[in-house]
Amino acid sequence: MRLLEYQGKELFAKAGIPVPKGKVAQTVAEAVAIMREHPAPSVVKAQVLIGGRGKAGGIKFATNEADVVEPARSILGMSIKGEIARRVWIEQRVDIAQELYLSITVDRARRRPIVIASAMGGMDIEDVAAKHPAAIAKYPIDPAQGYWPFVGRRVAADAAIPKSVTAEFVHVLGKLYALFFDVGAMLLEINPLAVTKDGRLVASDAKVDLDDNALFRNTWLEGWKTDLPDHPLEERARKSGLAYVHLDGDVGIIGNGAGLVMGTLDAVKAAGGEPANFLDVGGGAKADIVREAVGIVTADPKVKSLFINIFGGITRGDEVAKGLVEALNGGGWNKQKLVIRLTGTNEKEGREVLAHNGIAAVETMTEGAKQAVRLATG
Amino acid sequence: MSIYLDERSIVIVQGITGREGLYHANRMRAYGTRVAGGVTPGKGGQTVDRFPVFDTVAQARAKSGANASVIFVPPPFAADAILESADAGLELVICITEGIPVHDMLRVSSSLPKRTRLIGPNCPGVVSPGKALAGIMPGHVFAEGGVGLISRSGTLTYEIVDQLTRAGIGQSTCVGIGGDPIIGTVFVEALADFERDPQTKGVVLVGEIGGSDEEDAARLIDEKKFSKPVVAFIGGRSAPEGKRMGHAGAIVSGGGGTAKAKIEAFQNAGVPVADSPADIPRLIGSKLDQLSRAQT
Repeated sequence: MRLLEYQGKELFAKAGIPVPKGKVAQTVAEAVAIMREHPAPSVVKAQVLIGGRGKAGGIKFATNEADVVEPARSILGMSIKGEIARRVWIEQRVDIAQELYLSITVDRARRRPIVIASAMGGMDIEDVAAKHPAAIAKYPIDPAQGYWPFVGRRVAADAAIPKSVTAEFVHVLGKLYALFFDVGAMLLEINPLAVTKDGRLVASDAKVDLDDNALFRNTWLEGWKTDLPDHPLEERARKSGLAYVHLDGDVGIIGNGAGLVMGTLDAVKAAGGEPANFLDVGGGAKADIVREAVGIVTADPKVKSLFINIFGGITRGDEVAKGLVEALNGGGWNKQKLVIRLTGTNEKEGREVLAHNGIAAVETMTEGAKQAVRLATG
Repeated sequence: MSIYLDERSIVIVQGITGREGLYHANRMRAYGTRVAGGVTPGKGGQTVDRFPVFDTVAQARAKSGANASVIFVPPPFAADAILESADAGLELVICITEGIPVHDMLRVSSSLPKRTRLIGPNCPGVVSPGKALAGIMPGHVFAEGGVGLISRSGTLTYEIVDQLTRAGIGQSTCVGIGGDPIIGTVFVEALADFERDPQTKGVVLVGEIGGSDEEDAARLIDEKKFSKPVVAFIGGRSAPEGKRMGHAGAIVSGGGGTAKAKIEAFQNAGVPVADSPADIPRLIGSKLDQLSRAQT
């Protein structure tokens, strides 16, 4: 779950990481009220998850309740690369002497949280890494040892963080590391971490990505979910506990297990077709889940044929067949535009259920993919 | 021989009184695995389907001599279950559970003792065909033979094994390493173990988008640190950037972890990459033929 900047800054503030004073507004009137209360040179920032909002006109300036109207009006409702800005974050400007970079993320290969820091902040860290690799310091932390101030001093020295703010940097990094574990973050990024003209550190931006699997420990964060799914069917699938990703083709796909579904998408593409979606019913799916899966995939008007590819392990073939028959009997889909491949646990029982209802199963994934593509084009 | 698991392995099931735990404990036993019982805290002393239940892994090990565990407990308790098995001295811990917080796995990774080999989480388990099965894989698709298999996926593994078996190519050990970002055993570690296994003549490696474990494996092979023939398959070629394809670990982000990069890495290391699972038997088969011709 990715957080908007204002949410990230709220988390930072709670964790003791300094952030500029600010408030969020959803309407022009709210923006005006904020500036009436705090008339000061301020930045009005579009709250979107996508990057590049500055270039798209999503960051403007205001000093009082009168001149905030135009920026708020133009940003609220603005589409930035397809994402609508529904809120603006209005924060008091800080006088910046230097922009640093600081983040903690999960290093998969090392199986460690890793600190990344640079004195070259304010730009895309990937660009810095490409052009000035020596300007970036990385330090993987062993969770068993945890964070100690020496780690911060070492990172600060390696990244050439100004000596005047090193003590503060060590402190901020410690708070960031604690927050990383407290909220189960996949990424905490401060870019820029501003050095103010009066020598303080302030998190001028906040990029936060949380591990969905850890949300059960911080249920208060669930209400913070604003990253709307890219497609309404993705929301419907999420409610049913199905992993569905909407794509642009016309061959609907249902399978069990992420790897097999990915492989099925690839097979459809190799057969000259375009997958309409990714849908994994997961392990051990029962009939009702299969019925719902068929409902979701076929609710997409672009879908012309449906390919169901099940290799039973924890999932049982008879359950899949039952759910499919229920979906078809409910008028969910035309039998003629359906291809099913069913093998593994209880495949015999499953095939019997299908045969009883006049549905023939194909033997292999490749054969099924070819047939589904043919049905979509024919 | 085989790796990790064989006919002498004594397996316990953590979460044996749960629906999936018990179902698969029975299936493992039916396959021929020595399943000594299971653990469910608070239910020690009971018996389910002739399986003795223990309160702790330490008790289960003391009574049964178990050296391996398969974990079916829910995500909030899974990291604890992994470390409990490691603490009790088990050599092999296979975690089936899907949905464990990444930070739990970061902590587990940093405190796991060297003697414990962790497979998973979010994995289908390990099978040494003809000897033992520990996990949720459908036993009937496997056949004993000389090909080792390492895979980040579950069901795609069954698909590929089914193709191998139908083509008359048996397997030494099949390891489902799991689809999460942080896993106990990665490709390079499993390759090192297959390198030492005399039964294993070649390896099929099944990767997917996300992360850099496939690239690491390709580098190992390129540096001649793995000497046996390898054939690879990468799932998710048609996955767009930024879309998570089911597995928590299967996402192309910031241009990294693409199928293209992984396929190129393997090809540069001289590893053939199959276009579809159906091509795998032919590719590994011809590699093994070359090998046996070279040896005779």
